[in-house]
Amino acid sequence: MTLLLASFAPPYWLSTLIKVLVISAVVPTTALILGMVFLFKIMSWMQSRLGPQEAGPRGTLQLLADGVKFLQKEDIAPNGADLWVFKVAPLVVLMSTLVLYVTLPASMHLVVADLDVGVFFVLAVASLSVIGVLMAGWSSASKYSLMGALRAAGQLIAYELPMVLAVIGVVIQAGTMSLNGIVLAQNNGSIFGWSGIGFPYILTQFLGFFIFIAAVQAELTQPPFDMPVAESEIVSGYQVEYTGFRFLIFFLAEFATAFVFAGIAAVLFLGGWAVPWLPTESDWYYVLGPIVLFAKVMIVSFIIFWVRFTYPRFREDQLQSLAWKVLIPLALVNIVVTAVLKVVL
Amino acid sequence: MLALLVAQNIAFYIIAALMVVGALRVVTCKNLMHAALWLVLVLAGAAAQYILLASEFVAITQVLVYLGAIIVLFLFGVMLTRAKTGTDEDLDNKNSAKFIGGGVAVLLLGLMGYSLIDGFKDTEFGNLMVQRTSEVSDSIFSTYLIPFEVLSVLLLAALIGAIVIARRD
Repeated sequence: MTLLLASFAPPYWLSTLIKVLVISAVVPTTALILGMVFLFKIMSWMQSRLGPQEAGPRGTLQLLADGVKFLQKEDIAPNGADLWVFKVAPLVVLMSTLVLYVTLPASMHLVVADLDVGVFFVLAVASLSVIGVLMAGWSSASKYSLMGALRAAGQLIAYELPMVLAVIGVVIQAGTMSLNGIVLAQNNGSIFGWSGIGFPYILTQFLGFFIFIAAVQAELTQPPFDMPVAESEIVSGYQVEYTGFRFLIFFLAEFATAFVFAGIAAVLFLGGWAVPWLPTESDWYYVLGPIVLFAKVMIVSFIIFWVRFTYPRFREDQLQSLAWKVLIPLALVNIVVTAVLKVVL
Repeated sequence: MLALLVAQNIAFYIIAALMVVGALRVVTCKNLMHAALWLVLVLAGAAAQYILLASEFVAITQVLVYLGAIIVLFLFGVMLTRAKTGTDEDLDNKNSAKFIGGGVAVLLLGLMGYSLIDGFKDTEFGNLMVQRTSEVSDSIFSTYLIPFEVLSVLLLAALIGAIVIARRD
């Protein structure tokens, strides 16, 4: 079975077609899994209630039912809206998410494109969703939308920097920006000669991991960083005028982005698709790689959503000063220390 | 090899045409927001051209800096000041300004076209290898170290200047 997978080498057009189909199937599936497991079930349990019970066994199909409900709703645009921009905006956000999945490796060869610029590509593409958010907020011709978009832009610019700086520590330690290269560097490394668990970078880059997760939380505009969509202040910010499947696209993009960022965090800090006791060249990773990566993604997502369900919202000035006065200086210190240790050791 | 070059050429002309249309719309658009969005198309086209030239790092930097930061700042600024939808008829320059702008554009086209043709002569791009990021960093921190440092000092000066202008106290 694994050997059969290893010897599968389709022509270029077929492999491209397969990659496109797989990505377009994986993105909604992952969004559905995260929404179902965390938003509905875990959140309910953390708040001592049952959550959805009716659709499917123990309510597990509730989100699917909600998705179908969104699809059949009318596609409404406000009267003064800039129609063209209004309709394209959710697609821009979704496109940024789709492109993020391109570099996420599920094993040595199960990756759409293992770019040499790997992490850098991820960070660059992640910053594109802001354009979609600003388009949505402006074109809705509503003051709540505009406020939400302005808050989103300020927040996403502020948290882009700590995210980039947190990743640099990992890149210095691994000596490469390729995501597969980082996975290999962690799993073929050793701690003072002991290679029992490889060398997952969370041990040395814990500060980087913390900053990265905080910045991801802010990029996803999830509580406690949900100023742009704060429903009790500006009724949902830039999404307020969207209905039906366009709202569904925003929802899908948010959760799919949460999944892919958890995946990037798993690759950067937890050793990605590999397990320490199996050599990274093993053919078993054609089957095992995606499963291991999925397990690690669920662990990281649990942390992200745990914080989301637990903490109240920041105030706008607290949010900005946390990014500029705490996270960025910490990340810079982390880079300096990592670089010095890299040269000394 | 030849097939790849043909495909590259076709892609180049398609992207270039899109960029030209986008650039024209940036200056003729009657809505400031739309103009900024057309500019997104032009800058993304430039990134795509870098990818065709097999320099991934430069292309990704273009996306991160221009699309992710500068355009967002443009949109942010426009939305803070004049965020109305619909067209804006007085969004135009005087005729004299148009002529000066056109003259500068023609001058730039001549200068850059000449320097490109003079610089490369008949050199053909043979086997284009994807430029490794490590090669880029090696050349920046060895061959081009002094220009790089001068540029960083220039940027630092601009940064301090901006802060001084913004702070009134």
